[in-house]
Amino acid sequence: MKFRTKAIHLGNERDAQTGAVVPPIHVASTFVQHQAGEWREFDYSRSGNPTRKGLEETLAALEGGCGALAFASGMAATHAATMLLRSGDHILAGSDIYGGTYRLLHKIVNRAGIEVSLAPATDLTAFAQAIRPTTKLIWIESPGNPLMSITDIAAVAQLAQRHDCLLGVDNTFASPVLTRPLELGADIVMHSATKYLGGHSDVLGGALVVKDPELFKQLYFVQNATGGVLGPFDAFLVSRGLKTLAIRMLAQCETAQTLAEWLTNDPRVTRVLYPGLAQHPGHDIARRQMLGGFGAMLTFEVAGDYAQAKRVAESTKLFQLAVSLGAVESLIEQPASMSHASYDAAARAAFGITDGLIRLSIGLEDVEDLQADLDQALQA
Amino acid sequence: MTDPTPGQSPPRLGPSTIAIHSGESRQKLAHSITDPIICASTYTFANTQAVIDYIEQKQQREEYGRYGNPGEDVIEKKLAAIEGGEDAVLYASGMAAIVGLLMTKLSTGDEIIFFDECYHRSREFCVKHLTRYGVVTRQVKACDYEAMAAAITPQTKMLVSESPTNPHLSCVDLEKFVAIAREHQVETLIDATLATPYNLRPIEYGVDYVLHSATKYLGGHNDLLAGVIVGSAEKLDAVRNLRGIMGAINSPHNVYLLQRGLKTFELRMQRHNQNGQALAEFLENHPRVEKVYYPGLKSHSYHAEAVKYMRGFGGLVTFLVKDADWRQTANVVDAVQIPRIAPSLGGVESLIEQPLVMSYYEQKPEDRQRFGIPDNMIRLACGLENTEDLIADLQQALER
Repeated sequence: MKFRTKAIHLGNERDAQTGAVVPPIHVASTFVQHQAGEWREFDYSRSGNPTRKGLEETLAALEGGCGALAFASGMAATHAATMLLRSGDHILAGSDIYGGTYRLLHKIVNRAGIEVSLAPATDLTAFAQAIRPTTKLIWIESPGNPLMSITDIAAVAQLAQRHDCLLGVDNTFASPVLTRPLELGADIVMHSATKYLGGHSDVLGGALVVKDPELFKQLYFVQNATGGVLGPFDAFLVSRGLKTLAIRMLAQCETAQTLAEWLTNDPRVTRVLYPGLAQHPGHDIARRQMLGGFGAMLTFEVAGDYAQAKRVAESTKLFQLAVSLGAVESLIEQPASMSHASYDAAARAAFGITDGLIRLSIGLEDVEDLQADLDQALQA
Repeated sequence: MTDPTPGQSPPRLGPSTIAIHSGESRQKLAHSITDPIICASTYTFANTQAVIDYIEQKQQREEYGRYGNPGEDVIEKKLAAIEGGEDAVLYASGMAAIVGLLMTKLSTGDEIIFFDECYHRSREFCVKHLTRYGVVTRQVKACDYEAMAAAITPQTKMLVSESPTNPHLSCVDLEKFVAIAREHQVETLIDATLATPYNLRPIEYGVDYVLHSATKYLGGHNDLLAGVIVGSAEKLDAVRNLRGIMGAINSPHNVYLLQRGLKTFELRMQRHNQNGQALAEFLENHPRVEKVYYPGLKSHSYHAEAVKYMRGFGGLVTFLVKDADWRQTANVVDAVQIPRIAPSLGGVESLIEQPLVMSYYEQKPEDRQRFGIPDNMIRLACGLENTEDLIADLQQALER
């Protein structure tokens, strides 16, 4: 069964009782048992819910995992993964990661006595050197946020295996349409389902997908014990979004590629960071690792200062000024003042998040309309 | 773009941009990027003067949920923009939409003329129910324009057809259809549910009203019911008024799902069109298939009209199983693994049905013959699954 067929049918089996072609939304918080002490499949919605379970089955199938867990947000999912660790353990993360993940690792996870350090995952030698004897979890994103750096997931997976630590990959930007990290050797795939999976800017959600049943059990224990589960209405909306995931993603990639090539030749732009461009340092790896497109996130640097970049971000008429990404509506933002404001200024400087950067999330509008809008905004 | 209004979307915008943004305010309540779902059954007034201002039409606003709600207003503007029409009136279902329109426009003594290939419930409403009010329904053979012109009398008020028709997928020559109506000064209604405004835009050819069961491709996910009439604001004013009295308004929750579905409208239609064409071609070349009805096939009786008026030909494919009785035909339906056996069409999930069983089971054989529903007919509504998977599935079902 191919991707689109899986996304539409697996986890969405027709309802046996009513024949409903779309599974019902099970809003029950608790489930009636037929005998004291003998649990049916569902007992209490934090421990399991039929609507959430349907979504988890679809996600596991799309990522090639043995199981998936759906969370209330991407951060709840990432946090659950870090809860596999204990005091004294070390997390090594790539340096091009989501600002919220940076904050979680440096300001929350560290409170439990877990050590955190960042290193560029694109430089395998430097990254390997940053591994410590106490490293238990390596956490990377590819493409990275906001610089669109490409990490060789298979190579990092080998590294993780050699050092006997888990590899978690935040696959939010690529989605399983383009990249399936579990097939490349990763242990955990994380998603902010708020983005491409949901796809319509109308749901918050997160997910972890794993390939090892033992690891699944451990993560399920964490989820059930800590409770950051996805609600049934939102699970329904994510499942609905998954049915068009492949066609949305591929169309958005195509538009991003066209705009990246156009911006590259524009004198008002000093550099364009998009893995689909031949001059992008990660292009060769991306060609192996991203199938069908190079993602729909695109960062560029305007010729000018912080104020000029701010002006461009505020001048679009079709792109809307907002954080988040991955939806049908195109969004624009300035990482220095918005998505990566939770990085320390020094960290932003060290990791190349300059004031002139503009990050675009390419939606589903027609490419001509988006190009015309950017063109007038760059004139601002 | 700033708050496009119906009929005034700048023509330079592409179909996806229109489907995503038209009808929506750029700055919404609480600055949220998506429209909120406003579930209120009623809307409050600050004081008595505010009520009076509303009644005297000094201020446009919501009053009571049966007359409209903010989410419905957005979707009506969006559907009008997608269709290239001036205004749209949304209903709780496609049938509520056609009933709402006909009840508004027809009075005792009036006549309407239908092309006879149509959704059986539309026919049933006209023949069994409109007749009770003294409205005469005349049916003529689909796409027989001379017969339609000949059936017109001074009492005729409206010419009605589907295009493509269900389940034969005959395509109306809209220019001829409209020319006849104009000559006799009667109105026209096209049910373009099977085409959608992505594939066919009847208003551009002068059709007065376009009807959609928005349950199908417009919603697109088999998870809502809705219907819509698109036309000029002037003509729809009385239609909207009667809807407020009859009460078949859509719900805020449904309307949100419809709005969400429209965001991927162009992409979905492109894939439905691809799957429909591929399955039609596969079936036409299969030895167990006697005949395929699909507008995109050269062999289709209305291929010329389809090519002239349509951008693509949709996901619905009707075919006859060669030398099969009703049971052998049912065996093919029962053998498919991916499409599910259900009425309806236009969603992401492919559906399959045998019209004899699903829609005409209680009709007399002579009536089924008159409506062109043979025992060996199968209607396949292609969803968005991968084409290869659908072809492999139909192949195994036919060769079992």
